[in-house]
Amino acid sequence: MGAALEIRNLHVSVEGQPILRGVNLTVQQGEVHALMGPNGSGKSTLANTLMGHPAYEITAGQLIFDGVDLLELETDERSRLGLFMAFQYPVAIPGVTVANFLRNAINARRRAENPEDKGIPIPAFRKLMTEKMDMIQMDHSFAGRYLNEGFSGGEKKRAEILQMAVLEPRIAVMDETDSGLDIDALRIVAEGVGRLSGPDLGVLVITHYQRILNYIQPQFVHIMLEGQIVESGGPELALHLEEHGYDWLREKQNGTGEA
Amino acid sequence: MVATRRRVARDFQAPPLTHADVEALSARYDEPEWLREARLAAWDLYESLPMPTTQDEAWRRTDYRHINWESAGVLPQANAGRFEDIPAASRQPLLGEQQGGLLAFVDDQPVHYEVNEALTRQGVIFTDLRTAAREHPDLVRRHLMTHAVTPGSGKFAALNAALWTHGVFLYVPRGKAVELPAHSIFYTTRPGASLGHLLVVLEEGAQIDYLHENLSPTLDADGSYIGAIELLVGDAANLRFVNLQDWGHHVYEFSHQRARVGNGGQLDWVTGQMGGRLIKAFMEIELDGKGSWGRMSGLYFPDGKQFMDLDTQQNHNAEHTTSDLLFKGVIKDEARSVWQGMIKALPGAQKTDGFQANRNMLLGDKARADSIPGLEIEADDVRCTHAAAIGQIEEEVLFYLTSRGIPRKEAEKLVIDGFFVPVLDRIPFENVRDRMMDYVERKLMGQDDPAQA
Repeated sequence: MGAALEIRNLHVSVEGQPILRGVNLTVQQGEVHALMGPNGSGKSTLANTLMGHPAYEITAGQLIFDGVDLLELETDERSRLGLFMAFQYPVAIPGVTVANFLRNAINARRRAENPEDKGIPIPAFRKLMTEKMDMIQMDHSFAGRYLNEGFSGGEKKRAEILQMAVLEPRIAVMDETDSGLDIDALRIVAEGVGRLSGPDLGVLVITHYQRILNYIQPQFVHIMLEGQIVESGGPELALHLEEHGYDWLREKQNGTGEA
Repeated sequence: MVATRRRVARDFQAPPLTHADVEALSARYDEPEWLREARLAAWDLYESLPMPTTQDEAWRRTDYRHINWESAGVLPQANAGRFEDIPAASRQPLLGEQQGGLLAFVDDQPVHYEVNEALTRQGVIFTDLRTAAREHPDLVRRHLMTHAVTPGSGKFAALNAALWTHGVFLYVPRGKAVELPAHSIFYTTRPGASLGHLLVVLEEGAQIDYLHENLSPTLDADGSYIGAIELLVGDAANLRFVNLQDWGHHVYEFSHQRARVGNGGQLDWVTGQMGGRLIKAFMEIELDGKGSWGRMSGLYFPDGKQFMDLDTQQNHNAEHTTSDLLFKGVIKDEARSVWQGMIKALPGAQKTDGFQANRNMLLGDKARADSIPGLEIEADDVRCTHAAAIGQIEEEVLFYLTSRGIPRKEAEKLVIDGFFVPVLDRIPFENVRDRMMDYVERKLMGQDDPAQA
């Protein structure tokens, strides 16, 4: 039995403004879920909250990962537990190379397990980097570039996938990984995710386009409107959404009454 | 009419040094007459100048009234310092197993002297300044405080000229390109006054890399360092000079540092400022020769209650000269930094290209940085630009790094290392770059200032 990420009745505010209003969702290792919804529905808030961004205030609810209360953990601890978020807008870190950054991330994991750890030996690290870069068809010169600095949109997203490949999370949240990518870049990124997926990886793909789901095929699709998941179903739900938009859901919402 | 403050403020006091101290120092080392006379003339000038105060533009932000000269103004007495007292990391060769020379002082005494015979064969002189004055009087006399730092450069320059207690002389003859770097260390073990002097002379077409370090542990009574650095880079000569400062937190440094670069000469100058209670350094490049090039890079990281004021000048005195300055600082706790930079282009210094950039990162609400760029352009066909910035580590950056499992403190260190990389990359010695990274780590982890512990 793999680990699960359980989101229970999650309420989140930003600067006093309620954004998430009772989200329930469980993602198991090995499953691929898609979370769709229009802009402003709260998808990215959910991603950032899962990772522990300080600007998001949890007013009610629980986040459980592999039986552990995530709300008790700092962002770095959540990562080391096996949670990963691919950022919609990866941040540039001038002067810090991709390789140096990844080595730091790996060594942080090793030291958390064993405070005496001396860090990953350089040859082993090089081998790991090369393997993972090859896996997602990344030029090796990437390793020496400053993280995300001057990267194109596609390069940034690929660097996110590289980090995911190196850190081997149990659950990965992909926050609008498809945004701003042309179709070729999208394909490369999605194929990279495809290569990483398997029984040990649970994925939550956040998007408002169906197109990425042609490459990363979800078993479960959820639709978020105004801070709640209003509909869940199989892959056919995404196709239905593509065809009919969100209005039928809004009507359905209003019809059932919100009171 | 000056308004009187009700609060009792201490004056800008002078150290308790006298004419007799100059005589005694010169006599103790049996110095040549020309040197004794130069010292005494400088002393007269020193006495005629007022102590700088915060009324003086260049000292407006530097209030050193809390220095206790009763401790910081006492000249060193000979003691039994040993080379082994100096931290091991600083005693390592600069490149693998080899270096051109290592000259180390504990307090005012030379305690270690080695020069690779490859340098001796090339006619390089690398020795302590006092010995050089005796053995190479013409060379030293021609260059010592005559055209880079002069006694008239300021009150503390005059004091250094009168009472320098120890120094280094590095001389590279015409056309000699020295491959192995030279390295010197001033290490002080006691409070009191220390007056060090570096005199570097590269004749036409000469080349060398040189590292000098100022170091001390933190002591419980005030100390002072009245320093001077003179870099004379001849026509088509090439000097790469790195100056690291890691004084204890009891040291007040007042120093004048000035380079002159001849036709087609090149100077690549890096300074790393880590220690000290208060640092006031004037650092100037005079691009005297046509087509000369000068680069100044600075890295500073005050924490605790440290204060650092770095005052730079890039003077374009000839045509087709290029200067490039990059100073980057991280300011932590209640520390404060000041960078004042000036690019000057004299009339006739056409086709000059001057650039200066200063970037500061504040860690904590009480840290403060002042960044004051300036241009004085009297030639009309020039390109001179500057940039200055003061910021903090953005929360989004830390969130991104911590989301990869890197603890927050380490994430900060990674960002700061990255911030310093453009300056660190200009240090030609890998083990010195590593050492700078270690300093940064020690500062960030809050292990530096004993007062913070």
